[in-house]
Amino acid sequence: MTQMATTGNHTSQRKILVLGATSGIAEATCRIWASQGASLFLIARNGEKLAAVASDLRARGASFVDTTVADLDDTDRHPALLAHAVNSLAGLDVAYLAHGILGDQTQAEQDFNTAAHILHTNLTAPVSLLTWLANFFVQRRGGTIAVLSSVAGDRGRKSNYVYGSSKAGLSAFLDGLRNRVDREGVNILTIKPGPTKTAMTSGMKGSEKFADVNVVAKTIVSAIDKRVDTLYVPFQWQPIMFVIRHIPERVFKKLNL
Amino acid sequence: MKLRVADGPSNSRSTFESWGRYPTYAANVVPLHWQSDFPAVAQNLHNGILPVGLGRSYGDVCLLKGGNLLATPAMNRIIAFDTETGLLTAEAGISLAQILDFAVPRGFFLPVTPGTKYVTLGGAIANDIHGKNHHVAGTFGRHVTEFELVRSDGMVLHCSPAENQNFYAMTIGGLGLTGFIRWANLQLKPIVSRLIDYEGIQFHGIDEFLALTEASEEIEYTVSWVDCTSTGKNFCRGVFMQGDHSPKRSPLKPSPDPKLVFPIDAPGFALNHLSVAAFNTVFFHKQLKKRVVTLQDYEPFFYPLDKVLHWNRMYGKSGLLQFQYVIPWNNAREGTVAILKEVAKSGLASFLAVLKAFGDVPSPGVMSFPRPGITLALDFPIKPDKSFPLFERLADMTLEFGGRLYPAKDAAMTAAQFQTFYPEWEQLARFRDPMITSSFWERVTGDQPNL
Repeated sequence: MTQMATTGNHTSQRKILVLGATSGIAEATCRIWASQGASLFLIARNGEKLAAVASDLRARGASFVDTTVADLDDTDRHPALLAHAVNSLAGLDVAYLAHGILGDQTQAEQDFNTAAHILHTNLTAPVSLLTWLANFFVQRRGGTIAVLSSVAGDRGRKSNYVYGSSKAGLSAFLDGLRNRVDREGVNILTIKPGPTKTAMTSGMKGSEKFADVNVVAKTIVSAIDKRVDTLYVPFQWQPIMFVIRHIPERVFKKLNL
Repeated sequence: MKLRVADGPSNSRSTFESWGRYPTYAANVVPLHWQSDFPAVAQNLHNGILPVGLGRSYGDVCLLKGGNLLATPAMNRIIAFDTETGLLTAEAGISLAQILDFAVPRGFFLPVTPGTKYVTLGGAIANDIHGKNHHVAGTFGRHVTEFELVRSDGMVLHCSPAENQNFYAMTIGGLGLTGFIRWANLQLKPIVSRLIDYEGIQFHGIDEFLALTEASEEIEYTVSWVDCTSTGKNFCRGVFMQGDHSPKRSPLKPSPDPKLVFPIDAPGFALNHLSVAAFNTVFFHKQLKKRVVTLQDYEPFFYPLDKVLHWNRMYGKSGLLQFQYVIPWNNAREGTVAILKEVAKSGLASFLAVLKAFGDVPSPGVMSFPRPGITLALDFPIKPDKSFPLFERLADMTLEFGGRLYPAKDAAMTAAQFQTFYPEWEQLARFRDPMITSSFWERVTGDQPNL
């Protein structure tokens, strides 16, 4: 909880746009930025929750906090929404995409509309946002886009392959985008968090194995500062997913994962 | 209507442990993230609910066997902070550690703090906790100027000394039973340094302790560690620790994260009379001189045990029993000597015996534990056949001396003992939210027939 640990002058007036600002990981990340004095523009679906997050970040020292309530599934609104955010912040240094849904895998196995909804929220809508943001940053010749993907996208598993495939698509899109815009000075960070413990799971059995949301957030902030490409957080998930990706399919298909 | 049944729904159970790890009950843990989650989540829950924080109370005030625990630690947002006055408004699940991380760099400190910072604001109110400055600052509840209480039927009550006074007075120390505390105002106090002007003084015997207590009335923080394994000439020896916030300006950096974690449950034989007696001797002589004066960071001064996360594992899987009494001044000396003798005689080891004089600053809470007099807190490893009979003897002695025990630290007092200690319990029963109960409450009020 030493949220001032990475405070530096370069970060103090940073202008950051957060999409899905009421998600647990996003909120924890924003608290660090707020304590560094960043300017924040927050977007989320639920106005009441968004207001609670915003006043917390103001109290914690954010130089400026503005919010807009929006359903990011509505891709038609994206250009106006993003332009408004840039306008409000009077610029943009970092865009942080943290919105997404887990969805109901069992239902998605039976009902295409459920699957399509997961794919739309987790893949199509981010692609719309990323297209606008990447072109904006290319034009400015600089900036960082950090996106919450997931280890679940590294290999499809029966327990969550619809969610997993949306994140696999997102990760692949980000790889390609990075390949395109790196030479323009734009950094793309793909974040792949493992299961993350939030404060509320303390005291519960088994949760000790989960990652602490504040540690995850701190790692994300430092990866953005260091212009990292792909971040497994906590880092153990990199070798774990390496092994999982390399299990032969004839074995993998028999596993209960 | 009977709300609680013997067997609740058996899905999604997990064990939420209290700090003493005794007793342990399966319950359905429901994490709350947002202020609006309550009472919405309660609509679909059966078999009773209990709001809980970080589970640092020792016994069963934070447990509900077979029921639903509404875990608040993810509701930890700051709602407002006045940098001039130090008035903090925050969601009830914020921990005192999180408040310190926020407030100390801004030049403010908790008005009252217990021996661990890993408790929530809501839990601190519900147990009306006290600290080393009780003799000057009173209990935590005195510094809570207002809070919002939400009843399970959706009624929202703003409680303060001026508004809904009865709910204000019943909720402070009300063990979480009067409703769900959504947010609270806490009046912080200014500091200019992290440092504490510390003085440690060895004492031999209760009279030296009482003399030191009298001499330190003007000092903000006082507490004593006492050796309760020794008899004879070392009986009731200890170290009197006192301190004030340093008035000399120095950098107000945030605290580093704790790094040590007690990794595993210690085996049952690890704590025995010999090992604890050795610890006590080392602790007494760690302070080589009769008197030590130093500047100390507030972390080791207030939270020496927080350095090691999960230190309760030292007591092994069977857990530990806490015992904390307050005995009023007229019997305080006699009662304390008698109880310390009984503990020493029993041979049941206690590492952490803490002795303190409470002051006479009244709490706004009707059920608040502290009273003017002497308080002693002990912990015992649980040894079947030995710990509970000793505990019962000590509770009866407390009763004889006109004292009472602290519910937040209790796992063993009987219903009869509780009801004599706290005749106000019938008032609390009337203000209790009909959906809220706890294993403690069921134990000490005789299983609540009118739930």
